[in-house]
Amino acid sequence: MSTVNEKITEKIRSEAQRLLSSGEIAAFIGYEAGSLPMSVRPFVARKPEDASRLVWNSFCVLNLANYLPALLKSFEPPRRPGDPPPEGPLPKVGILATGCWSRNIVVQIKENQVDRDRVVIVGVPSRGMVSARKVKEAVGERDIQACTEEDHSLKISGEGFEQELNRWDVVRDNCKTCVHPDPVIYDILIGDPAGERQVQDRFAQVDEIEHKSLEERWDWFADSFSSCVRCYACRNACPLCYCPTCFVDDSRPQWVGKSTEQTDTMLFHILRAYHCAGRCTDCGSCESVCPVGIPMRLLTKKLNKDVLEMYGSEAGMSLDEPLPLTTYNPADPQGFVLTEKSEKGGDR
Amino acid sequence: MKALKLDRNAIGQWLSAMAGERDIYVPAPDGPAKGTWTLLTDYSMPEIKPGVPARPVKNFLFPQPETLLKFSTVPTDPNCCLPSEPEENGRKNVVFGVRPCDARSIGLNALACKADTYYQANMEKNAIIGLTCSQVCSTCFCSETGGSPMGTEGCDVSLTEIDGSYIARAMTERGEALLALAESSGKEVTDSDISAVEALEEKARAGSDEIRNPEEQLRAKDLMELYNAPFWQELADRCINCGACTFLCPTCYCFDIQDETLHGKGRRIRCQDSCMFPLFTLHASGHNPRGQKIQRVRNRFMHKMKYFPDRFGPISCVGCGRCVRDCPVNIDIREVMRSLLHI
Ligand code: SF4
Ligand code: SF4
Ligand code: SF4
Ligand code: SF4
Ligand code: SF4
Repeated sequence: MSTVNEKITEKIRSEAQRLLSSGEIAAFIGYEAGSLPMSVRPFVARKPEDASRLVWNSFCVLNLANYLPALLKSFEPPRRPGDPPPEGPLPKVGILATGCWSRNIVVQIKENQVDRDRVVIVGVPSRGMVSARKVKEAVGERDIQACTEEDHSLKISGEGFEQELNRWDVVRDNCKTCVHPDPVIYDILIGDPAGERQVQDRFAQVDEIEHKSLEERWDWFADSFSSCVRCYACRNACPLCYCPTCFVDDSRPQWVGKSTEQTDTMLFHILRAYHCAGRCTDCGSCESVCPVGIPMRLLTKKLNKDVLEMYGSEAGMSLDEPLPLTTYNPADPQGFVLTEKSEKGGDR
Repeated sequence: MKALKLDRNAIGQWLSAMAGERDIYVPAPDGPAKGTWTLLTDYSMPEIKPGVPARPVKNFLFPQPETLLKFSTVPTDPNCCLPSEPEENGRKNVVFGVRPCDARSIGLNALACKADTYYQANMEKNAIIGLTCSQVCSTCFCSETGGSPMGTEGCDVSLTEIDGSYIARAMTERGEALLALAESSGKEVTDSDISAVEALEEKARAGSDEIRNPEEQLRAKDLMELYNAPFWQELADRCINCGACTFLCPTCYCFDIQDETLHGKGRRIRCQDSCMFPLFTLHASGHNPRGQKIQRVRNRFMHKMKYFPDRFGPISCVGCGRCVRDCPVNIDIREVMRSLLHI
């Protein structure tokens, strides 16, 4: 009996093979097996025979939409800023998309980073991806030498131990609180739609921090972000971060200092989060790739909550909906706007 | 050189004796700072997990950030804009429980930092107490880069655990002086202790790693052939050009220099930089000689595996496996090294 993921893998391979050999697409963005237990690697298949390398499992944590704008651009003739867009049809790219990834593609389309006509979206309803960090903690941080995955369990082993974990127990927090596991936009759907999920307290992690006092919140921020190394993996793994020059790299003016001192690190994180407001899909890519386990996703999750409560909008749910933060509506809430009269330190 | 046998109790006493002279740093076992080097306050043998902690020992050799000089920007100040030396707290450190790979990185980086007075001063300031490895983790490959799980290079004192006690061997004069502080709590080593350590060393040497001394083979290869190898594109396809590999790598030593001023006081700092970032090579003219991702990915590996050995001898990698473990897209330097060796 093959597992759900093995069946999905088979279908992904055959679709990618078909798309590549028919010449419909020039490249297909998927995942291939990695060299370590619990690791997969993003993989750009360019030839039909590459399709057999594609895999699908619970460790596909990096949002593949991250690669889409640059890969599309790589198939365009080079041009300078201001040059007219190239004429005629340009090569297409195929890409896998879970619920959140598809929403990120929607955001990219609406922000004019991706041309809908140039992507073939192969949708895969998500069963929730596993956090390797949680697995490592569950086995007491011992060195993991093998991991095999069944539909509902993971077998982990290493020198002198073998442990079976319930898969859902180690699923990422963002996936556990996800209500839209199915792709919102696709050309081909693989696997059965999961349907909208009912989640109690999907913002519980945020509420917990909101309920702290100002001092406690500051302490939480200071402690949890203290070991950030400013590697920017969180930024670079995010499909929203496609700016040619990020604010952290700007030198005229320099918005933020370069060191890992507290002010600089905090400023980086606050700014990064705000740049994602109204755009973030809580895909968890940022949190999953962090080499030191910083919970920066909670900052964007808080903004997702605010945007949902204040503007009734969730990022990337449809191609027609206007972008919440670039659209003005006189009925928009104004309470958070600081005026001379507003109370100092007031919440909203 | 001096050697002692220390049980856990004796280690505790030794740590507290050393704490009189130096600050002692160990990898934090848990909490938000897990894997970073933290000041030891409870003088007992710390819990040190197999393999390398999250942060490399270079954090002591290249403090983040390091103040190089200070200055004033107040025009009325007679010393306005003149550099002055940053004040030092004068404390020296012991970095305790450093794995052989990390310890070895200190000397490798010193090859490139010979004229770097700040680096040299930090080598002077930080004494290294190593801890050899009884477990080789799935990402460890020190033996393939010229090191060993039993290595002592870069250590002032090297500890080896045998049956719950530690054989402490002084490796340098500074180590000798530090180990003298354990004289009262430790025991003399016996011949059987020494042969137990030698047996472990022998075992580490006998390990059947595929690659031995890659630097010689790599030095013999044609640079342009490696540079034009076919596999770089596939690596570039998935690399996200973050700084995870370089910032956590003990042998990546590149830095950025920044002047920061606030309220008339200024400082010049250096903080780590990464060849994976486009900004790293951006010229003031706007030209970027490594403007494409493939060029940056290639540079990291070519620097470690070809440019560095061509210039200094060894490869600039100690096989700690951090980049393998922490790369978000599983770019595995062991595979890159094999691919380069096969060209
Ligand atoms: S939060 Fe993590 S991924 Fe982001 S810059 Fe800091 S260390 Fe890197
Ligand atoms: S900020 Fe994080 S969770 Fe939000 S879209 Fe970007 S990578 Fe995904
Ligand atoms: S690479 Fe070698 S020296 Fe480093 S932790 Fe692993 S076994 Fe020990
Ligand atoms: S090799 Fe991995 S860790 Fe290094 S820059 Fe690329 S993605 Fe980041
Ligand atoms: S290149 Fe990777 S394995 Fe080699 S020393 Fe650096 S982090 Fe360790």
